[in-house]
Amino acid sequence: MQVTVKLFAFFRDNRFKVKDLAFEEGTTVEMIIDSLCIPQAEVGVTMLNGRHCKPETVPEENDVLGIFPVIGGG
Amino acid sequence: MSDKIFRINMTDLSTSVEEVPAEWAAHGGRGLTSTIVAAEVNPACHPLGPNNKLVFAPGLLSGTPAANSGRISVGAKSPLTGTIKEANAGGTAAQLLARCGCKALIIEGQPQAGKWYGINVNPDGITVQEETELVGKGNFATVEALAKRLDTKHGAISIGPAGEMKMASANISIKDPESKMRSAGRGGLGAVMGSKGVKFISIDPKDGKVAVADLDAFKAANKTFAKALTNHPISQGLGQYGTNVLVNIINESGGLPTKNFTLGQFDGHEKISGEAMYDLIQARGGKPKHGCHPGCVIQCSQVYNDANKEYKTSGFEYESIWAMGADCCVDDLDLIAEADSLMDDLGIDSIETSVAMGVAMEAGVLKFGDGEGICRILREEVAKGTGLGRIIGGGAGMVGRSFGVFRVPVVKNQAIPAYDPRAIKGIGITYATSTMGADHTMGYSIATNILNVGGSLDPMSKDGQVELSRNLQIATAAIDSTGMCLFIAFAALDDDTCLPALIDLINARFGLSLTGDDVTNLGKAILKTEKAFNEKAGFGKEDDRLPEFFSTEKLPPHNVVWDYTGEEIDSFWNF
Repeated sequence: MQVTVKLFAFFRDNRFKVKDLAFEEGTTVEMIIDSLCIPQAEVGVTMLNGRHCKPETVPEENDVLGIFPVIGGG
Repeated sequence: MSDKIFRINMTDLSTSVEEVPAEWAAHGGRGLTSTIVAAEVNPACHPLGPNNKLVFAPGLLSGTPAANSGRISVGAKSPLTGTIKEANAGGTAAQLLARCGCKALIIEGQPQAGKWYGINVNPDGITVQEETELVGKGNFATVEALAKRLDTKHGAISIGPAGEMKMASANISIKDPESKMRSAGRGGLGAVMGSKGVKFISIDPKDGKVAVADLDAFKAANKTFAKALTNHPISQGLGQYGTNVLVNIINESGGLPTKNFTLGQFDGHEKISGEAMYDLIQARGGKPKHGCHPGCVIQCSQVYNDANKEYKTSGFEYESIWAMGADCCVDDLDLIAEADSLMDDLGIDSIETSVAMGVAMEAGVLKFGDGEGICRILREEVAKGTGLGRIIGGGAGMVGRSFGVFRVPVVKNQAIPAYDPRAIKGIGITYATSTMGADHTMGYSIATNILNVGGSLDPMSKDGQVELSRNLQIATAAIDSTGMCLFIAFAALDDDTCLPALIDLINARFGLSLTGDDVTNLGKAILKTEKAFNEKAGFGKEDDRLPEFFSTEKLPPHNVVWDYTGEEIDSFWNF
């Protein structure tokens, strides 16, 4: 399946901003993060199609996954 | 040096230094400004008349070496909202006022129309002189001139032309360590200062120091406290990207108010994001990391240079960038920086004014996306006080009423900031119930709705949001009393050592033995004092509501509406 993966803040360093990537059916958000060599402990927020999702969430074809480090402001 | 109340009456220019009444002794910052305003200002008074009072108060810990304790609170009855108001800012004034032994500075009365004054605060009291040279000058020229008259170490609090013209969105500027502006931004307090005929306040602490009752305990607590702040990953992200790191995540959530609150995402988000800003700052030799007051260990400010690598602005915040950016559909950071600098100089709130521009765009005064137009209106209309300039300077509600616009994002006539309450419901509860009108900083539900700080709550579900906002508003009222920057809250929500260390700092400063419950009770008492003032000023439950369009217009991309009943909102006050 194709998933559009968006990275933010320093997760972009030596990686990318946005990329369409192919994963096997059943791949979880957590597995996608591992595949990008992003330490799970650094992940603050993940969103699937603009809604917060969990590490065990399984994306579907053409979903958009946003991966953010722990950030804040306001 | 013991703390005193400094007072000046602008009607007859009399000054006094008074003992602190027992019932004010435990207060600082917002708790003190709100307590004084509630005690001494008739809630029915006109905000720009002789019976309103303008109160400045450093926090309980300001002037000590405690990390991040340099916030100053400013309070009065607001000309924008008609409610009680507290706005706080960084800069050096809080620390310097505290070193003068000034627990609060109260400015009351009103001089003869057309007369302007400069006030000096020092450990011996207040002096006042008529001012002519700086009248009509912007904040930057004012601060520069004061540096020549006095020295560069003195503190300065000033208003720009917007405050002199008593525009309802005029702010009060606090000089920072680099002689740039930090703003007590919201609610038109600059107009109140203008109505008192005060162009500036200079602060000279001489060799004044803040006494600490138990220095060893203080040092130990400060070490723990500073470590909790620097260890939190959010502090690290704030140092690199500033608060503007939020553009992309709020956009991704579908809650970034765009095109005067008609969309939840902005096509140009990437160009105005914290990531893009960091790259530009680096390429142009600016500073991504910069503190607004000495002792800040988070350093969320920055120095933003223009394309010629010349200084353009600092303290370039998410809220301002969102408002001129997404809300007005401007995707050019340099134009937004230009407008930000103009607003610092004019002394006008960059949230209120930019949201007002968005409403003006909807009315057809200028086109969405016209960043040049925003700068032109600031320079040629607002700065000169033309009819249009005064309407814009009157805030978003004023623009809406003047041009017959239906979609006007305000609560209690104060512009709603950078998070759409339809898609992020927790912040909507804060906007509705805040004693100050719409203000995200009063109870920052974004932390738990979006950022997974202090737990997580689904931003589009109503469950738990009222309780969340209540707990945050109580905690915020207490934090705002300490002189601490609100960004300590991220560490406080996640790190069990942070809040106890903060309480230890207060105890060591004053020789007290406060507990966590005392601090919570302080927060509750402040909110109730503020609400009681508002009720006497004529505000009721029906004012704790969001504008109608949030309930009737679905916000893309999630197509959600604001769907709280009045009863649900009112349950906020069940404490």
